[in-house]
Amino acid sequence: MPESKLYPLSKAVAKWIPDGASVVSCTALETCIPFAAGHEIIRQKKKDLTLIGPISDILFDQLVGAECVKMIQAAWVGNVITGLGYNYQKAVENRRIVVEHHSNFTISLALKAASMGVPFLPTRTGLGSDLFHFNPGLKTVTCPFTGHTLAAVAAITPDVALIHVQRADAMGNAHLWGSLGITREACLASRIVILTAEEIVQTEIILTDPNRVIFPGFLVTAVCHAPWGAYPSPVPGYYNRDHDYFLEYQQSSKSPENFHKWLLRHVMKVSDREKFMEQIVGNSKMADLTIKKPSFTEPVNYGY
Amino acid sequence: MDTDTREYNFAQLMVAAAAREIQNGEIIFVGMRLPLLGFLLAKSLHAPDAVGIYELGIVRDRVAPVPILTMGDLPNLYQAAWLADTADAMSLLQQGRVDVSFLGGAQVDRFGNLNTTLIGDWNGSISSLPGSGGACDLASLAQRHILVMAHEERRFVERVDYITSPGYGDGPGWRQRVGLPRGGPSTVITTLGIFHFDPVDCQMVLTSVHPGVTVKMVQDHTGWPLKIANPVQITPPPTLSELDMLAQFDPKGFWTGGPAR
Repeated sequence: MPESKLYPLSKAVAKWIPDGASVVSCTALETCIPFAAGHEIIRQKKKDLTLIGPISDILFDQLVGAECVKMIQAAWVGNVITGLGYNYQKAVENRRIVVEHHSNFTISLALKAASMGVPFLPTRTGLGSDLFHFNPGLKTVTCPFTGHTLAAVAAITPDVALIHVQRADAMGNAHLWGSLGITREACLASRIVILTAEEIVQTEIILTDPNRVIFPGFLVTAVCHAPWGAYPSPVPGYYNRDHDYFLEYQQSSKSPENFHKWLLRHVMKVSDREKFMEQIVGNSKMADLTIKKPSFTEPVNYGY
Repeated sequence: MDTDTREYNFAQLMVAAAAREIQNGEIIFVGMRLPLLGFLLAKSLHAPDAVGIYELGIVRDRVAPVPILTMGDLPNLYQAAWLADTADAMSLLQQGRVDVSFLGGAQVDRFGNLNTTLIGDWNGSISSLPGSGGACDLASLAQRHILVMAHEERRFVERVDYITSPGYGDGPGWRQRVGLPRGGPSTVITTLGIFHFDPVDCQMVLTSVHPGVTVKMVQDHTGWPLKIANPVQITPPPTLSELDMLAQFDPKGFWTGGPAR
């Protein structure tokens, strides 16, 4: 029997995310954003992180505001339904963080290159754009076959992938469903994969549906049980997006003073996610967000 | 099409105009915000066979069963035609299989180059914006793309400070020269009017003003001497059926609320 990889989230973050680590997260773009893990990083006052992601929603903005970040390699940092991320905006304007500009496609290709073990991948996106002036990992090359100009996207190998999934076993075998974003290549590219999961289940449950496993369990370093771990983002099969939270965050992140208050109340003064859901979010909100109209798949047969 | 009119606002007019750009059967790469509604509107009215692709890795050929605010809302995943990777959606785009994509922006210039990254001098004082997301990919790789944005003088500038999403660069031949495989902006829909691009010099041309807007008002809010079609059309206002349908998709008016114009 292989050893269990189950850890409390605080231990996993302490052990595998040192100051200065590069961390890919928010990989499903809008769903399954690992807020529980991100807030634990803030509580542990990690410094000088490099954050890697596609559109990253407000978690990157929160980590920047909490001064955990020195560099960002991402396509977009803001608040999906309202636009600007104010902490990110101030940090860029004051040149407190370095940003390498990507598009959603180029960040996917950078991770895919690493996941394939090649130094770069070619693409036809972004040619002529100024992304090339703000990203040393984008260059133009000549296709050896056609002579056409192509963009080359340099591989990115993150130290850590921080991924939220619906369910996992104690060995790191996991099911993730919904739209997957860049999750697959992010996990395959990273040196360490930390999963937070809505549910910890028996291995036999994961084994019933191997196509739902998007990266093999042997790549996973740690599994952390984190119910509501992606709130306020949605998790297919578990809960909907809390739009109000994103709208309120826009207001509470506009000024540094208000953001500081927000940070104390929502992150620093709560011990963990369970307390956060109980004290800050509350039962009636959680009931509002649960899945009201379940939709199950027709079973498929993997027998022999 | 019904011709009775009802009060409406600019957001509703822009969404209706965006929807009318979609032909039945086309493959659409759907951007955030107003384009989200433009696709739903077209799909429900004149383009029932249109297919929507979303950068999260979603393909839909049915309208979501209940209103959504953003493409990652779970109703937009329910009974999707395909749930996959972002790279899968982008690969369809890169192959040339997407007819039209929609994007919004902060700053645009006469050649339709779009900036959503930073305003100001690169080495001096800047205002930072959220960045590309998928916009750069949508503008690089679709057969054509459509811009939907507010029309203000600070947004309509002679030359954008940063090209996030390439238009026609500095003019004819630029896209081919830099290696882009196809495409370019076909239409710009703003709060004041609608623009197309001159096939010869690749410059934006004002082709339609919204009801109550004059050509002079558009020029006054544009940072370069505009090319103007002769004659300039008046944008048809949203029809009753378009407004009714929009009210279903955006019942609280999150995207299309605001006072009537």
